[in-house]
Amino acid sequence: MDAERELRGMIDDVKAGRLSRRRFVQSMIALGLTAPMAAQMLASAGVAQAQPKAPSFTPTKRGGGGHLKTLWWQSPTLLNPHFAVGTKDQDGSRIFYEPLGAYDPDGNIIPVLAVEVPSLQNGGVAKDGMSVTWKLKRNAVWHDGKPFTADDVVFNWEYTTDPATASVTSGVYKDIARIDKLDSHTVKIVFKTPSPFWSGPFCGPTGMIIPKHVFEPFKGAKSREAPANLKPVGTGPYRLADFKPGDVLRAELNASYHQPNWPFFDSMEMKGGGDAVSAARAVLQTAEYDYAWNIQVEDDILKRLEQGGKGRVEIALGGNIEHIQCNQTDPWKEVDGERSSAKTTHPLLSDPAVRQALNLLVDRSAVQEQIYGRTGITTANFVNAPKQYQSKNMKWEFNADKAGQILEAAGWKKGPDGIRAKDGKKLKMVYQTSINAPRQKTQQIVKQAAAKAGIDMELKSVTASVYFSSDPANWDTYNHFGTDIQMYTTTMTEPDPQRFMDQFTSAEVASKDNKWQGWNKTRWRNAEYDKLWKAAEAEMDPVKRAPLFIQMNDLVIKNVVVIPVVWRPRVAVISKTLREAVQSGWDSDFWNLAHWSRQA
Amino acid sequence: MSKYLVRRILILIPSLFGISLVLFTVLALAPGDPFEELATNPNVPAEVRMNLRTQYGLDDPVPVRYVRWLTSMLKGDWGFSFVSRINVDTLIMQRLPTTIWVLGCAQLLGLLVALPIGVYSAVRPYSLFDQVATTLAFIGFSLPTFFTGILFILFFSIYLDWLPFIYQSDVPGTGFRWLWNNIRQAIMPVTVLGLAQAASMTRFVRSAVLDVIRLDYINTARAKGLSEWVTIAKHVVRNALIPVVTLMALQIPGIFTGAVITEQIFRVPGIGSLLITSILSNDTPVVMAITFVFACLVVLFNLIADLVYGWLDPRISYR
Repeated sequence: MDAERELRGMIDDVKAGRLSRRRFVQSMIALGLTAPMAAQMLASAGVAQAQPKAPSFTPTKRGGGGHLKTLWWQSPTLLNPHFAVGTKDQDGSRIFYEPLGAYDPDGNIIPVLAVEVPSLQNGGVAKDGMSVTWKLKRNAVWHDGKPFTADDVVFNWEYTTDPATASVTSGVYKDIARIDKLDSHTVKIVFKTPSPFWSGPFCGPTGMIIPKHVFEPFKGAKSREAPANLKPVGTGPYRLADFKPGDVLRAELNASYHQPNWPFFDSMEMKGGGDAVSAARAVLQTAEYDYAWNIQVEDDILKRLEQGGKGRVEIALGGNIEHIQCNQTDPWKEVDGERSSAKTTHPLLSDPAVRQALNLLVDRSAVQEQIYGRTGITTANFVNAPKQYQSKNMKWEFNADKAGQILEAAGWKKGPDGIRAKDGKKLKMVYQTSINAPRQKTQQIVKQAAAKAGIDMELKSVTASVYFSSDPANWDTYNHFGTDIQMYTTTMTEPDPQRFMDQFTSAEVASKDNKWQGWNKTRWRNAEYDKLWKAAEAEMDPVKRAPLFIQMNDLVIKNVVVIPVVWRPRVAVISKTLREAVQSGWDSDFWNLAHWSRQA
Repeated sequence: MSKYLVRRILILIPSLFGISLVLFTVLALAPGDPFEELATNPNVPAEVRMNLRTQYGLDDPVPVRYVRWLTSMLKGDWGFSFVSRINVDTLIMQRLPTTIWVLGCAQLLGLLVALPIGVYSAVRPYSLFDQVATTLAFIGFSLPTFFTGILFILFFSIYLDWLPFIYQSDVPGTGFRWLWNNIRQAIMPVTVLGLAQAASMTRFVRSAVLDVIRLDYINTARAKGLSEWVTIAKHVVRNALIPVVTLMALQIPGIFTGAVITEQIFRVPGIGSLLITSILSNDTPVVMAITFVFACLVVLFNLIADLVYGWLDPRISYR
């Protein structure tokens, strides 16, 4: 806890003006903690947030920038942020709708519909973490001319938490006890429990606000019928011109946008469909388009296309992690009509030696070099971002000989067929994942290394739409986890690991009772972990909270509950002429769309 | 004739019913659901997905779902898309014009290429022209459209930079510019589809003409001193085209379903790309609607082809 004391001293220095904010952030970077952590530390310690960085270019008048062309290889199908199935719909909605605050690449909140970011110092965040008060912009108007007010904010909470609406954002808003309207442009959000991460609701991709006067008649069961699901009326920099679901979205300049002189472009489009490689071509080689989203393409191809010199590849670090899960329960024995029942233990993987050996058999650098390149970074940790939550204690290594020795020492002896066995149990495992070329290649790499150490792996791959489905009757889903190990990417959608880390808590164990919808797919249970998670949920001091997540991460990694493979950043390709089209790993690709402009 | 028509239409009803039953059962039994992307996002509570499943009726038994689908279909309600939550018919109507324009042009191009080449090859069988045409036709239908499509893109868009390879359903601009842009972007998909179409059709026309050209009445026509052109155009082609017309009639339903692969490559927002994205996202109401409409059209155009056949060839009678 020496580091903690030192930090506190420094924060006090900043408060007293003995140390500049800039210097503080720099020394944090030197400690390996980087800007977002430092900024958040200062904010919660009562030092004001950094002012949002002004765009590198400020136009003297609205519009005049011509047409902006963006390409999404999956097309938006509906434009209500509360129904957004996947990022394509969130991005489409984000052109028209705005949250109170957006997340920049470092995870800082940048005010959008709010006047300022609440903090302890400006009184916005309550000391006990039970509430947060937002001041709203008074000059923001909806595209139909009606003013944006506190009523709209309150309405969004009511709308999304109504179970009959079946909104996909409801999880973010369910911890709100009530929202008080203090005046026409001030709201106080009161939480049910102390909330260290108070910016979940109304910030980022799940925080977009829809107008009350348009959606009120379509709350609850009638929500599907709202015409505005496809014809958005928002506050954003562009207003709808035309939308064809699954094809193209056209928008034109919003002449009454609340930021003076923005937006820059007169019109824009978001075209959908096709595949990622040709989308990258259209930006990097032919320059038909200015921006293409989510280019999950092998890095070799990207490098070749980049040589055209018409655009660049941008990598944005988020928290998404491709990882292998070790089933803690027996997937081959049925107990009370359920395989992988929490009442069983895995015949092989319950031996720590087997799990440790597995951890040594995943050649992460081969996976990065041969498959993902810049789009998948090797890591030893489950939590990799924001930086303050990244553990420095964990190391990974690839060593098949050492894995063999560990197994040998634990009594797993090689049989005549080269497969190790102990007490008549052979080290044979089924390794499942979804059908996706990089994943099948990763499976091969792991299988080969495992064979060397005397573990036989049977590879299984399931179509993504089946593997990730919520069908309770299908045993091939990742929820049911009917095999020994499995691999997929968990997405981390907000710059706070609380929700992300509940996938290892005992309360979330997937079982027949919750129709296998619990987040804990490995069925790992650990009292110490549960305690840490509970503590983090209520800890308001970010300096104390970050180490809790690091400890949780270390517990999961040390026990080899999961084996992280690669940390997967988001990849976009951007025309050389576009300015400010910076991606954030924590928000929609369009989080900063209002400030995009083109170089002459 | 009218009796025949009534009988055929009466047979249509149970066959369409059977088709819908099979389609629905297969789609309902296929595993997976449309909520894949919600599944790996820890911010979406499980209840939301369960709630959506119930709302969309995915948890009901298949017979109940089928009866519900059938009754609403009979009332003209095609259901709504699970993914975009709008009515399926609106979705299809948005895609139909593009599909008809692109595929219609491709069929036309195919016909315009296939007819003269096929006829000329048959008139001069085993000549150099016939040999070359036959070779090209074989190359044409052994090259899949996904290959020629990518080849075209690499050559015309990337190497030469002449044509755009991303199709836009609503091209900006008006008047001549609009028309030109529309034609420019349609050139590659239409050529790719049209040439593939032409390849097999050339062979078909050739063999049809070959069948006719050896018949006695052609010799008679020649003998009575008709010019070669009149003989070919009036006597050979007219009769040789009877099977070709039927073939064309049977291909019209194909225009409706679009060309899945080519539409995907060139991002043509047609029915084919709608079908493939709906299949990939398990959007069953849309898949069901497109496949069922396709089945209806096939059955209908079969009937039309039969009728047209009789009209073209009076020797065929209906009983």
